[in-house]
Amino acid sequence: MNLIPLIPALPLFSAILLIVSAGRLPRNLVAILGAGSVGLSALCVASVAIGFLANEQIIQITLWTWMAVDNFTPGIAFYIDGLTIVMMSVITGVGFLIHLYSLEFMNEDESYSRYFAYMNLFVAAMLILVMADNLLLLYLGWEGVGVCSYLLVGFWYQDSDNGKAARKAFVVTRVGDTAMALGLFLLFTELGTLHIQSMMEAANAQWSVGDTLPLVATALLLGGAVGKSAQLPLHTWLPDAMAGPTPVSALIHAATMVTAGVYLIARTHELFLLAPATLEAVAWVGLFTLLLAAFTALAQNDIKRILAYSTISQIGYMFLALGVGAFSASVFHLMTHAFFKALLFLAAGAVIHCLHHEHNIFRMGGLRTRIPVVFWSFMIGSAALAALPFTSGFYSKDAILLSAWQQPGIGPWLWAGGLLGALLTAIYSFRLVFIVFFGEANTEPDKQPGWKMSIPLVILCAASVVGGWFVLPLSDVFPQADHSGVNHTVEYVSIATPVLGLLLAYLLFLGRQLDITAITESNLGKAVQKFCFNGWQIDGLYHNLLVRPFKGLAHWWRNEPIDYIYNAIIALSQWSHRGLSALQTGELRWYATTMVFGLVLLTVVMLRNAS
Amino acid sequence: MSLSVLLMILLLGGIAAWASERINADLPRWTSIATICIAILYLLATINNLGIENLKAIPDPANSSSWLIHEKTQWIPRFGIAFELAMDGLSLLLVTLTLFLGLVAVASSWVEIQFKTGFFQANILWTLAGVTGVFLALDLFLFFLFWEVMLIPMYLLIAIWGHEKKAYAAMKFFIFTQVSGLLMLLSIMVLVWQGNLANGVYSFSYFDLLSLQLDGKLGFFLMLGFFAAFTVKLPAFPVHTWLPDAHTQAPTAGSVLLAGILLKTGAYGLLRFAIPLFPEASMKFAPIAMGLGAAGVIYGAILAFAQSDFKRLVAYSSVSHMGFVLLGLYAWNSLALQGAVMQMIAHGVSTAALFMLAGALQHRLHTRDMHQMGGLWYNMPRMGACAMFFAIASLGLPGLGNFVAEFLILAGLFAVNPWITAIAALGLITAAIYSLWMMQLTFQGEPDKDRELQDFGFREMGTMAGLVVALIWLGLYPQPVLDLAQPVLDGLQTFIGTGSGFAGAGQ
Repeated sequence: MNLIPLIPALPLFSAILLIVSAGRLPRNLVAILGAGSVGLSALCVASVAIGFLANEQIIQITLWTWMAVDNFTPGIAFYIDGLTIVMMSVITGVGFLIHLYSLEFMNEDESYSRYFAYMNLFVAAMLILVMADNLLLLYLGWEGVGVCSYLLVGFWYQDSDNGKAARKAFVVTRVGDTAMALGLFLLFTELGTLHIQSMMEAANAQWSVGDTLPLVATALLLGGAVGKSAQLPLHTWLPDAMAGPTPVSALIHAATMVTAGVYLIARTHELFLLAPATLEAVAWVGLFTLLLAAFTALAQNDIKRILAYSTISQIGYMFLALGVGAFSASVFHLMTHAFFKALLFLAAGAVIHCLHHEHNIFRMGGLRTRIPVVFWSFMIGSAALAALPFTSGFYSKDAILLSAWQQPGIGPWLWAGGLLGALLTAIYSFRLVFIVFFGEANTEPDKQPGWKMSIPLVILCAASVVGGWFVLPLSDVFPQADHSGVNHTVEYVSIATPVLGLLLAYLLFLGRQLDITAITESNLGKAVQKFCFNGWQIDGLYHNLLVRPFKGLAHWWRNEPIDYIYNAIIALSQWSHRGLSALQTGELRWYATTMVFGLVLLTVVMLRNAS
Repeated sequence: MSLSVLLMILLLGGIAAWASERINADLPRWTSIATICIAILYLLATINNLGIENLKAIPDPANSSSWLIHEKTQWIPRFGIAFELAMDGLSLLLVTLTLFLGLVAVASSWVEIQFKTGFFQANILWTLAGVTGVFLALDLFLFFLFWEVMLIPMYLLIAIWGHEKKAYAAMKFFIFTQVSGLLMLLSIMVLVWQGNLANGVYSFSYFDLLSLQLDGKLGFFLMLGFFAAFTVKLPAFPVHTWLPDAHTQAPTAGSVLLAGILLKTGAYGLLRFAIPLFPEASMKFAPIAMGLGAAGVIYGAILAFAQSDFKRLVAYSSVSHMGFVLLGLYAWNSLALQGAVMQMIAHGVSTAALFMLAGALQHRLHTRDMHQMGGLWYNMPRMGACAMFFAIASLGLPGLGNFVAEFLILAGLFAVNPWITAIAALGLITAAIYSLWMMQLTFQGEPDKDRELQDFGFREMGTMAGLVVALIWLGLYPQPVLDLAQPVLDGLQTFIGTGSGFAGAGQ
């Protein structure tokens, strides 16, 4: 029996069942449906993956033709190659652990069933996104995950701030999605298909490297990618999206959905190879984003916002890798990031869960001995995030930095920027660990995480450590990188930098040997801190440049300006009516006078015309 | 099997519904339901008799015998006026939509209307009859007759059962459509007169007039007459301003019919008459029409966002969505035309549902002001879930009918004019803004937990379920609809001879 259609279908049916039952199912059944469907789906993925690894045969399945108009015939059809296998494994594997964790985390929530309905729907949409064999079906998954993200960010709908964050997430990504849709129109108009593999074949046949059309098409796709993956300039939604339940942040806003942009570019990399200018732009976008987000993360004090900015920053690394053509390294970092960032978010969720919804790291502290499972999870996760040697993050980030170095021309710049980012990453991640888990205890935890929360943490810890040794089946999908020519000094510096960052963080935040209060308390220091805290004021810029003018325009026009024209017609006819009826006075004298005048006037006109 | 029987069923059903009020005040609703069901069954039986092969055959627009059904009875032979009805795949689709939404309209008036239920149901059925007549009439005189006649019951629905400003709204609706209708009448008269000059006989038959192919200045002005009538009904920017008032003031069933099917007569008219009768003039005019379409998309969306009245918001969203139809029709290639047809149907379904929600909210809260709502999900989760579904459908989520429509329109339009496509695509962003804002103001936010509100019951959920299934079906497997429309659209394109779109042919 073919298991592939079941992979997205299982969570989809579970979601439909949960929605239709409208919260009337008993909690146990909701739990079994919600987590079980994703678990089963993960088993299906495992079975498909084992089969795939045995013979490396690409699998294509068409369920039905979605619509057929002329030569536009996208199918509800799946394409399974090594990249898809990696993505499906991450989505269902990490997804299942997060569902398991949610059983306990959301246990006291009254909308338990609604939560799992949305989560399952998300998993289904994300799977469709990565399995689609054509860009239209991919777009279905793409928008589907966007809607689920909206629903889950605004899950606690009674607080209007959550609703605002949810709308912001959807609308900002929709800006990118619209660019992407235009890219789809362009690709279809020029290449006559949206089927990804045939499209790339056609592109290679029709276009040559550096042409304008692939440049425009890839730039539009890049627009979609930066929206979904929270890269400059469309990254502003992600920190606010932390308003959702923490497992949601772990699954959607760290491990899976936000990497969709990386997946999109990797999937269509043959198009991007035809447009070197776009590819270089991808690298620069990645670099600027990773630096901006790293600086911002340093200044935050909300545990989830720190992690959110670090996600933006890490996806910046993936974009950097894509931009220098290191597609395998990018996908590799996508996977390791999914492990350690899911771990960090779940651990942060456990902290928040145990500390009565406390988010501010300065009101935590000393938690090392009080919730040890969570402490070790955080240590391992942060080590991987900072890319300390022998963690999974080390292998993937190292591959990215070396590829950046090798890029002709701009390579050293990209490498140096990436290195600075790595230093900052180590500092902000251990700043978080030292402040939350060491020092004085400010808040006492009132409970311990149970097994449903602990097991996912332990498994993800293991994955964050050993994930770097996985060999991904990507050799047939992407051109291979070769780092043999790299100078050893470069390699050593790349390895040493995170360690240096850890040391600095220790000196600054734990040992306190380095005292920088003089700098931070100065006026300039405060201003810089505030600037970084507010994410370089980009939100304020958009608010003044886009949101306010739009709202102002809408407010100004709210009473239908076009109606002024029609009201003028009404006024004109009423006015002429009044004027004419005023002439009808009923007085004979008035009528006689006007008649005489009229006759005289007529006679004059006739005489003039006659002469 | 005769199309006039279909019209008679609806007309007589209206009289029966009116009369049945004397027996029992609840009876008219059941009479309405029964009448529409009979009409649907009759239609199904008719289609069944046709056979699948016939539905797939490409008809020649100018050759009546190649249509699925064609019937003609002389009426005023001296002027070449006949009672001529015909059906092809396009009209079949639209008549089906009309009857389906008729059921929704009756369901939405079930408890809302307690005053003169008989006459109310009669007006609903007569509106349905008028619209069905518009979709089937192929004699231009008869078409004009139906075009005007369908206004009267609609006018009465607004003027009698409407809300606080019903007289103003009903009058505005009537004058806008009447004035533009007169322009069309003038065009029809001149067209028939030209037919007489060319062929020596008077004929109002579509099939005779289609072969005239007037061009030059005269053709252009006649085309404008038709264009005016149809775009007022569509409605297109800037002649849309009757719509928000009419929608807001109409009773729920009236809004459902107005948005769901009456607007579609405008799109149908453009596709059936304005463009095929004057292809050359339409080709010249296409850039302006598309510009108006794009303007409508953006303008409607901005104004939708600005509203605080739930119904006005939905009304302006209709202006925005109908802008896409105008774009699709004047892009005139297979993709865009299919998208336009799809949009007529998908928008009909999704907007009908949104107006039903608006009506349900007003019935329970006695206000349409969204600033007095908020957190209603807490009080009425089932209604909230329905509203969320249709809000998301209306912002164009892939997998639902509206997306298929808008994607096809824009994909087709891109080949014709990428810049207008880019502008219209901004509508995807603005649609998200107003749809989600609507959800925020109504169902999200802090609830009033003491408010005793009745959630959707069995009858309402049943209606909603039907609409939900329809949209998912249109979104995931639209092929049956596309297959019905395709031969007709192919026929029209072959007839006009511009397969690659106006702009392509114009160069």
